Amino acid sequence: MSETDDVGCEEALKRLVEFVDHELPGSEHDSVEQHLRICRNCCSRMEFERRLKERLSALSTEDAPSTTRDRVRDLIKKF
Amino acid sequence: MTISKEAFETQVLAILGRLDGVARRLTRNEADAEDLVAESITRAWRARASLADSGAFRAWIFRILSNTFISERRKTLARPREEPLVDESGDEEGAFSIFERLHQPFLLWFANPEQEFLDKLLREDLDRAIAALPEHYRVVVVLADVEGLTYGEIAEALDVPVGTVRSRLARGRNALQRTLWTVARDHGLQMPRAAGTRG
Repeated sequence: MSETDDVGCEEALKRLVEFVDHELPGSEHDSVEQHLRICRNCCSRMEFERRLKERLSALSTEDAPSTTRDRVRDLIKKF
Repeated sequence: MTISKEAFETQVLAILGRLDGVARRLTRNEADAEDLVAESITRAWRARASLADSGAFRAWIFRILSNTFISERRKTLARPREEPLVDESGDEEGAFSIFERLHQPFLLWFANPEQEFLDKLLREDLDRAIAALPEHYRVVVVLADVEGLTYGEIAEALDVPVGTVRSRLARGRNALQRTLWTVARDHGLQMPRAAGTRG
């Protein structure tokens, strides 16, 4: 891709959240990625959005309270 | 083939923590969350024939949990209540970005106020900001950002088009950043220059 094919900041920012979520179709993903390689400001913005998403993802809990776990086991026994 | 009771129990227990986490964030109440989880598991067992592929168990049971939450909320909405179930009229007050508030492009590379801001946020700050979201945004933010469901899985879970997921997520994240900004200000975490000039 040449620089003249660059999507530009406005288009890249519009698609940034979907880029971070891996929800863009391949060619659009590649266009945004290409822009991020040449634009420090958009790249910093993407990095911020990605790290915020990581912090939110870290809230996901693996363990339920033992009361909930016991209740669910008892419930399933009755099925 | 319909899932066996043993396999159902194994799958449920493997993701019970995450089901409970989503339920707590949706209901904002531990007792209601436990009831929601129990009711969802009961409904899932009754509807087990609809689980076509056991590999899709996670998305399937999150769908049942979301639907159970929404249908229970509809019942309570028959009584007067403070928060509408879905309001797409746009309750945001304009786009809001913490990055734009804090980013200083001419700082040297090692100074990064927006990353510092994230580093200083506590888990409870994030939990509080999620809890403050309107319900229809909270559901998509929790499913997408906390639990990592795809837009397609969320659309299926909530029985809405993918475009609706996209727009609710954009508005939800916008509202989340606005709330985080307020939480940070209340805790004195914002950078003095940015807070003083633009906030």
